[in-house]
Amino acid sequence: MVIDTLKCVGCSDCVVACQTENNVPIGYCRDWITETVNGAYPNVELELKSERCNHCENAPCVRCCPTGASHIIDGGIVLVTGDECIGCGACIESCPYDARYQHPEGYVDKCTFCHHRLEKGQLPACVSVCPTKCMYFGDLDNPNSEVSRLLKNRKWKTLAPEAGTKPHVYYLI
Amino acid sequence: MQEEIFVSGRNIPNIDPSLEVWHWPISVYLFLGGLAAGLLLFAAVVTILNKDKEYPTSVKYASMVPPVALSLGLLALVYDLTHPLYTWQLYTIIRLESPMSWGAWVLLVTTPLSFLWVFSYFSELFPKWNLKFEFLKNFEKFLKKNRKNMAYALVPLSIILGVYTGILLSAFNARPLWNNAILGPLFLTSGLSTAAATIILLAKNAKERHLFGKIDLALIIIELGLIVHMIMGMYAGSEVQLDAMHLLIGGEFTLMFFGFVVILGLIIPGILEAMEIKGYKVPVAIPAILVLIGGLIFRFVMVEAGQITRYLY
Amino acid sequence: MAYMTTSRRKFIKISALGLCGAVASTSALNLVGGNSYLNELVAQNVIKKLKKSATYCEVCFWKCAAWAHSDDQGNIQKIIGNETDPHCYGRLCPRGTGGVGMYSDEDRLKTPLIRTIIDGEETFREASWDEALNLIASKFKYIKDTYGSESFALLKHGSPGKHLEHLFKAYGSDTIAEPAYAQCRGPRETGFALTYGSWVGSPEPTDIRDTKCLVLIGSHIGENMHNTQVQEMSDAIDNGATIITVDPRFSTAASKSQHWLAIKPATDIALMLAWMNVLIEEELYDEDYVKKYTTGFNELKDHVLNFTPEWAYGITTIKPEEIRKTAREMANASPSVIIHPGRHVTWYGDDTQRARAMAILNALLGSWGRRGGFYFKEKISVPKFPHPKYPHPKWDWKNIGEKFPLAQMGITTEVIKCAVPSEENSKKYPVKAMMVAGTNITKSIPNKKLLEEAIDNLDFMVVLDTMPMDVTGYADVVLPECTYLERYDGIRSATNREPSIAVRVPAVKPKYDSKPGWWVAKEIGDRIGLGEYFKYDDYKEVIEWQLDKMGTSLEEMEKIGVKHFPRKSGPLFLKEGQNYEFPTESGKIELYSKELKSLGFDPMPNYTKHPEPPQGFYRLNYGRAPMHTFSRTANNPNLNDLMDVNKLWVNPKVARLIGLKTGQSVWLRNQDKITSTFSIKVRVTERIRWDSVYMVHGFGHDNKKLTRAFGKGINDTQMVSKTMIDPIMGGTGMRGNFVEILTEDPHKTAEI
Repeated sequence: MVIDTLKCVGCSDCVVACQTENNVPIGYCRDWITETVNGAYPNVELELKSERCNHCENAPCVRCCPTGASHIIDGGIVLVTGDECIGCGACIESCPYDARYQHPEGYVDKCTFCHHRLEKGQLPACVSVCPTKCMYFGDLDNPNSEVSRLLKNRKWKTLAPEAGTKPHVYYLI
Repeated sequence: MQEEIFVSGRNIPNIDPSLEVWHWPISVYLFLGGLAAGLLLFAAVVTILNKDKEYPTSVKYASMVPPVALSLGLLALVYDLTHPLYTWQLYTIIRLESPMSWGAWVLLVTTPLSFLWVFSYFSELFPKWNLKFEFLKNFEKFLKKNRKNMAYALVPLSIILGVYTGILLSAFNARPLWNNAILGPLFLTSGLSTAAATIILLAKNAKERHLFGKIDLALIIIELGLIVHMIMGMYAGSEVQLDAMHLLIGGEFTLMFFGFVVILGLIIPGILEAMEIKGYKVPVAIPAILVLIGGLIFRFVMVEAGQITRYLY
Repeated sequence: MAYMTTSRRKFIKISALGLCGAVASTSALNLVGGNSYLNELVAQNVIKKLKKSATYCEVCFWKCAAWAHSDDQGNIQKIIGNETDPHCYGRLCPRGTGGVGMYSDEDRLKTPLIRTIIDGEETFREASWDEALNLIASKFKYIKDTYGSESFALLKHGSPGKHLEHLFKAYGSDTIAEPAYAQCRGPRETGFALTYGSWVGSPEPTDIRDTKCLVLIGSHIGENMHNTQVQEMSDAIDNGATIITVDPRFSTAASKSQHWLAIKPATDIALMLAWMNVLIEEELYDEDYVKKYTTGFNELKDHVLNFTPEWAYGITTIKPEEIRKTAREMANASPSVIIHPGRHVTWYGDDTQRARAMAILNALLGSWGRRGGFYFKEKISVPKFPHPKYPHPKWDWKNIGEKFPLAQMGITTEVIKCAVPSEENSKKYPVKAMMVAGTNITKSIPNKKLLEEAIDNLDFMVVLDTMPMDVTGYADVVLPECTYLERYDGIRSATNREPSIAVRVPAVKPKYDSKPGWWVAKEIGDRIGLGEYFKYDDYKEVIEWQLDKMGTSLEEMEKIGVKHFPRKSGPLFLKEGQNYEFPTESGKIELYSKELKSLGFDPMPNYTKHPEPPQGFYRLNYGRAPMHTFSRTANNPNLNDLMDVNKLWVNPKVARLIGLKTGQSVWLRNQDKITSTFSIKVRVTERIRWDSVYMVHGFGHDNKKLTRAFGKGINDTQMVSKTMIDPIMGGTGMRGNFVEILTEDPHKTAEI
């Protein structure tokens, strides 16, 4: 997923759309918006980011799961099988992005890149609702896909790269 | 001035404003697990070295504690799970990358083994009770004969049990306070020292008490060394690790850490035991109990403080 | 590439045979949950069959067409935008997406309520619709017989407002006003009408997606969620357009601008006059356009001769080089440049003149009617369902607003004044009863004292709303309306590049005992003998008749949601050298307004100094958040989850002076000694100027029935007790209130 921070206005549409699409209980969220302000008036800078599980290539949450409920599927999406999760919380402790949470029903939940929509050929709910169209989703293995081209032509960054997780969500800056 | 805030009102229970997913049951289990591991290791080593007659407490009396400790610890663990009905899933798979999986399997093997160990001493421990059934009496004899084998099995198992909790925490590179390689050996040493303290408490003859007093002193010194090593490692680490270290030194946990864990839990008992070896009369219970309390509080501090440290924001 | 859920990587699997043992923790004997289906959610979404209903959103006024997805249990799962709709292009804003919360909110009004006295205390009792409607009908008759129909006023907004407007006009009253005029966009409509002969309208005809330079004066696109404007601004950023923001606060739009002019509040007209000066003196304006289409250029040139950037610097604190640089950038981009007219422009009382300045700048840059500037909007008219002619009232909103010669709609504050006995107008045009539909006037209309006095003197007050908003607390009868997802409403036809219509079809049945607005209007009408005006049993018949007349059908609209029609009024933009007559008096764009001069106002904008906050006080600025619409959505469970409270933005210098920390609770007291009911938490941020504080509008609800919104944050309207009335059209300027920050609870000390 590639997100253009220059266009994001922090409206939180992605948060609500994810909630209604995935039945996320009120009080929990699979994605969220952060605002970073730097400088002193009137030389101020503002960055708005929509964050979620980064579906890391070197996912610490998958490594530490004792039952294998956290797993990576073909394509690189990290998923949790609710029926295999015992709720030990190790994955929550191991995520440097605090992307996971304990669902009230007991298992651990997080962003799934809406893979139930991907199967039908649709985009994740957050990407398809964003009014500024600042979110892009696609196949990074394909050099001609939009996401690959964006990463080639623009400056970008990932979150906490020093954690060594190799995240798959990129922010254009 | 720099601001970093959530715009979308994120306030997930137990995650915001800081992580609180593991509570007191985990700290209690870490303590009980370390204690049991240490006791089983001592029991096994003493048996293998054929010194079991000289040090009966370590093999016989103190070994009544591990089964109880492990059972209570396991109950605490399951109590902390949020999806407990699926606990059996732990045992459908071995995941070598996950220290928690090792732990689950080791516990699965060690807990019954510790029960069997105690059972092999049943008639010596409870002479008044009569084993009604014939097959039970034969079973006890069988176990007695194979005690050495059980001991050989217990050595690696108890070491893994003692060390894996530390490795479990240190594998979480998202929690800077835990992410150092010394935590494993530190937990093992702490477990051994609490075990030694328990043996001292329960010991019936002076010889055993003195031996284990010396062992405990040595372990305390090693533990202090490892703690200093850990702190210096964090001091020389990245910003997040410096922040983590500041929690323990000069932060919210300073009193608990330095006061209870280091001073009351390690240094004072160390001094008392040194004095005892020199020949002064010191009530036996005091350093032992202090060590036990220090071990428990150490686990509490590590679990709570560790969850506050984080990588971002 | 397909994203298939194939099996996960193979690990060492061991079957769970015989390993139960004495381990207490393993409940392997417990066979709960042993099935093999994966993620619960996958199953849910695969199994659930959702029905799509065409509708258009009513959470705000943008009216984006959408599909409401509901299941067979009558729950609304999600609301997704209609891809063919020019208002949203398939992407709803957070409020639209959170519209499910408006339906599911359990704090909704459930039954009609009638004011009564129990044990000496005034309270509401539940009543049946029959009882409530009969009571209302009897009051309608009473007012007509005693004072005349004109004395029953209607304050409205949105779709329910339209239905009740029809009822009131049939009844013989045109004492109708909406806060959206005098409290919001009225000044810019008048200002642009004086210049170009037409209103700006809604949605604004700004061609942002093709513009090369977008100039926002106080407008905070990105924090206001005007759907198409935000989408097009994003397109403009992709195309490398220059954005210039003039705002004392570092808004989100300012963070995306190449130039942020951190202007001193209340000095915008000076800046614009200086820009005009630069454009004219440096001959950067569009000469051909000005010569061909405008009149009054020479007067304008003389007028701005002395308004140099250096003069403006002293007033606005913006450096002269900045003013020149930005003027040149605008001219460079001409005609693809937009001086955005803004939306809520009732600031300081000279707002019509400021809108005139914006219109004049646009004319100098040649952007009105040009690509990248403003397009010529068009809408298709929906045929009116036949009904008898409306009776002619003896007096109406025009009479009430007669002091304001250029008011083109009812002025809410003037209508309210007509209910206060001490006001002059109340003798000539007495307002004795009021109905409020679809607007929470305690939050939208400033000067609470006046409002409460007016309400006190009314004989009767009815409120029609979906939620127990603060205004319902004043009513004699409260009627529960069902949300837009549960009812039919008029066909939407709004101005745009291309005419289009959208329908609203109920997705689910009304919850509780709530009823649609059209039904309420019809029931009241039937009971007071106006049945001829409501010759239908279900509003569906009206829509079917209208759609049939327009060449389509309800069946077709239910399938497509939005239908486009070809333009009839000519091309979107002016062609090179084309002759065009603007709908003004002179047929040309009036840079110099003879009409204003004849009425005794400045024919061209002038800068007037406005009061500044005294020592220890800070100017109260307010704005929007993208996840909320006014005060309407504060209790919506989905949107309340995103933002449940507003914060007070305070500059770090001020924070240091007063000793404030982020997260600290403070109270506000304004220059008229009005204290806020609730407290607000401070946010110390560099994004606000040291002479102002800022908060998002629409919080601080006072009705305990709003369980999620009660007592959260401060109601900024409560702090607006001083309004500066625009003499030209009656708009109420609200940004001239100053507050002091109190760190101790003033209500506690008052009790002692």
